[in-house]
Amino acid sequence: MNRSPSQPVVTLDARANPWWVDWGELWSYRDFFLFMVYKEIRVRYAQSALGVGWAVVQPLATMGVFTVVFGGLVGVQPDGDVHYAIFSLVALVPWTYFSGALNLGASSLVLNASIISKIYFPRVFLPLVASAAQLVDLLIGFLLLVGMMVLYGVVPSVTIWMVPLLLILLVLTLAGAALWLSALAIQYRDVKYAAAFLIQLWMYVSPVVYPTSSVPTAYQPLYALNPLVGVIEGLRAALLGTRAMPWNLILIGAGVAMLMAVSGFYYFRQRERLFADVA
Amino acid sequence: MPEPAVHVENLSKAYRIGVLDGRPDTVAAAALATLTTPFRNFRRLSRLNTFKSQEDAPDILWALKDVSFEVPEGQALGIIGRNGAGKSTLLKVLSRITTPTRGRVRVRGRVSSLLEVGTGFHPELTGRENVFLNGTILGMRRREIQSKLDSIIDFSGVERFLDTPVKRYSSGMKVRLAFAVAAHLEPEILIIDEVLAVGDAEFQRKCLGKMEDISGHGRTVLFVSHNLLAVGGLCQSAMVFEQGRCTFCGPTNDAIDHYLSDASVKRTTDPEGFVWFQNRNNAYRPNQLLILAARVLDSTGAVTSKFRPGEGLIIEILVDDLSEIPRGGIGILLRSELGQLITAFNTFMSPFDEGRRSSKEVVRLTVPRLPLVPGNYWIDISVAAKRAGRVDYVDQALALHIVDADIYESGYGISSRDGFFFIEGSWQVTPSEGLEQATPVSPTNL
Repeated sequence: MNRSPSQPVVTLDARANPWWVDWGELWSYRDFFLFMVYKEIRVRYAQSALGVGWAVVQPLATMGVFTVVFGGLVGVQPDGDVHYAIFSLVALVPWTYFSGALNLGASSLVLNASIISKIYFPRVFLPLVASAAQLVDLLIGFLLLVGMMVLYGVVPSVTIWMVPLLLILLVLTLAGAALWLSALAIQYRDVKYAAAFLIQLWMYVSPVVYPTSSVPTAYQPLYALNPLVGVIEGLRAALLGTRAMPWNLILIGAGVAMLMAVSGFYYFRQRERLFADVA
Repeated sequence: MPEPAVHVENLSKAYRIGVLDGRPDTVAAAALATLTTPFRNFRRLSRLNTFKSQEDAPDILWALKDVSFEVPEGQALGIIGRNGAGKSTLLKVLSRITTPTRGRVRVRGRVSSLLEVGTGFHPELTGRENVFLNGTILGMRRREIQSKLDSIIDFSGVERFLDTPVKRYSSGMKVRLAFAVAAHLEPEILIIDEVLAVGDAEFQRKCLGKMEDISGHGRTVLFVSHNLLAVGGLCQSAMVFEQGRCTFCGPTNDAIDHYLSDASVKRTTDPEGFVWFQNRNNAYRPNQLLILAARVLDSTGAVTSKFRPGEGLIIEILVDDLSEIPRGGIGILLRSELGQLITAFNTFMSPFDEGRRSSKEVVRLTVPRLPLVPGNYWIDISVAAKRAGRVDYVDQALALHIVDADIYESGYGISSRDGFFFIEGSWQVTPSEGLEQATPVSPTNL
């Protein structure tokens, strides 16, 4: 019988250092992660008309409602010389991705409790599966955005190269938040309810329906502790050219996102040992 | 010496039980708990005189306590014990599903485990996808899994349902597929936990056959089961678990004896092979122990507990002064592993010469042929009086193992599959000249 010369040796020690991460192990489970992402994507797009459609309908419909309510009734003035519709759509596309993936990510451990308690794999992948799978939605949303930009005759600015970087920042924020929320949700029952509510509030704390310029300048650095501020304003600057690239806001946001991601990862790993016991 | 496949050292696992399980399960409770920490610590300190340590707190359950053992590569190890003894917890730790509270475990090789029905299956995925899921978790590449897929489908027999979500499977189908996956993905270590009982008899046979196959190929198998016959058939050694501790580790038959016997009765074997029953109470006549010791001999007089079907045996019982028991007699009851009474012998049936010459005497029963199929059996010893009824009784006094044997030397090993009894018979064939089909007899001919 052929046996590979190097068999994996796993040591489980009660006194193991919770801060030490076996990166090699995470790497060796990449196939599992890719499989879960592929499955998630496939499930969403199995009924392809509906799946693709949802990625377009959701931001579009929300944009419509926001334009009428905030653009028209409330009379929010966007920066620069753009229609409110496109102003809000630029924010809605990343926001829809963020809120959808975070909602799924937060409950990922709870939803998968049945396999968590029966088979071993690094649980840290689970909250990130939704983030990865919904990138397809994000892509479709961006295509919609491009279409709308053409429609409104909006020309992106020279800082368009920032878009991929801003998206990376977005994913980083998402990952950090998902790790924190999912680890909390599986231990504390009330977090499940709190998560959806929290995400809803988050939207109002982000410049989705109003521009950052509405916030008094003195408070803007505080406001920018929300990484989405940097992301959304940066995207507006890059794609619509309505304002200068807000480097300070982006940098503050990046710092916070990094902190959230790293702390989320370590908190998750530290609590991981309990998951099967409390699931 | 090659490294063992599994090495466990002082492994302990504790769970908190009860409603007041100490760990808050809402954020609000957690916040409150953090604030009241100084008060709780003070209270714990002041309780130090009640409990020696945190260990004895009433809400802590030690599912495993100080377990240490090693499994060499390629061995099939059985794990038996009552429900709640900690067997499943041990397997969960070995499968990395739960982490040790104390101690360490080293596992060499990939582990595939079947812990409960539908183990490791995602209910929303189809059977096929679950095969790939388990395969990727085991570290196999897609191509590798694809090549094994056919034999998995073949073994499990769920081909028609392969593309249906697993949540729609019956429990039998789940366990068939789960076993097929666990066994065919060629892990170095296979762990099976009490799961086979869900399948039908044919499936159980298939599984045991496959496990023997795997074990024969040099892979390690850990098997937890309540089916002692299956454990005995597959495993060379076994461990007995009682209340979180491993109380016995050794050859399977001895482990089974240990598990089945009443642990409260202390048994010591003397150099002549007599098993002395100490530390017991006589429920019928307190403080009067009449049955002292007993042993089983084969027909040559050698002390043994293993016999072939149909072999003769001798049982000797050392009894104390029976002269006080008017019209007393001694009985031996032979029971199956599950406690069914198979047959009984007593001195009322076939009397013996009651020469009361000394106070302690050896009573001997000779059985010329014991026609039992292979399996584990128990011998109960009793003393009774014709009027008074039972006077003393030792439950499961001796163990008897009837081993598989090819009695007729025909290449067919008699086994427990052949019923309860082994009754000899012989076959002959004669040509049927002159025998023709008779004309049917009509009622009027009679």
